[in-house]
Amino acid sequence: MSAVKRTRKGIVLRLEPEEAALVRALMEQLLELLGEPPAADDELAAVGISGDAKKPDDPVLARLFPDAYREDGDAAGEFRRYTEMGLRDGKREAAGTVLMTLGAVEGVAAGVDTVLDEDQAQAWLRALNDVRLALGTRLDISEEWYEEAARLDPNDPRMAMFAAYDWLTMLQESLVRAMF
Amino acid sequence: MGKRGYAAMTAPAPVELERPDVEEDLSSDRPWLAIVWNDPINLMSYVTYVFQTVFGYPKTKAEKLMLDVHHKGRAVVANGTREEMERDVEILHSYGLWATVKRDD
Repeated sequence: MSAVKRTRKGIVLRLEPEEAALVRALMEQLLELLGEPPAADDELAAVGISGDAKKPDDPVLARLFPDAYREDGDAAGEFRRYTEMGLRDGKREAAGTVLMTLGAVEGVAAGVDTVLDEDQAQAWLRALNDVRLALGTRLDISEEWYEEAARLDPNDPRMAMFAAYDWLTMLQESLVRAMF
Repeated sequence: MGKRGYAAMTAPAPVELERPDVEEDLSSDRPWLAIVWNDPINLMSYVTYVFQTVFGYPKTKAEKLMLDVHHKGRAVVANGTREEMERDVEILHSYGLWATVKRDD
């Protein structure tokens, strides 16, 4: 069972090996979804501007990068052109921080403590939230998801995703409480 | 209301693009809003944490805004110039909140 505590050394996160493996796999999937950073010779990209102002077709990407104007497509497109690349970078960086801090305990069979400073803990919070947004959007999570999941056939392929979502929710809740 | 999250939303009034006159009295010239919308995934505790971290609001104010989002479907979390509100919304998006910019009406 995972546990989060605040100590003098920082935020201490205790994960079982299989929990660490799950977080690692989900962060890798998130990075894949976010895509590669733009090529170094892209001049607009070098200053954080994207040529593409279109809302992503993938509902998960559309949720991670929502329209900033609800009833003005042009303004939403301009906002996206100037912000989405930087936002993608930030999300990649947060997922990278999670993998890097987890990497420190790789290969250890027993549950091990990961010690996080404030910035790393915040990167964990944001990356866990992004993974929950991705899973929750794929599962079409509603306010009543808990009841829905309880009614699922145990052989339903979505069962594992609901279980992962539930566990990530508890982990994020523990982490945010440790940070207040 | 969900077990750990919070819920759905309604549409706001259309955004107008007319810019404010810069000569106007600055104290009343805060015509743009940053709005956060309810969604079933973001945790109440996390949303409160984000309002405190991003805006430096005290916990009581951050919690009140979070509860407004939760119960009313949305809340105005900041006001200012259009550029300021776009910057705030960009930061809120970096935290995964569902935020939009709107002209005050």
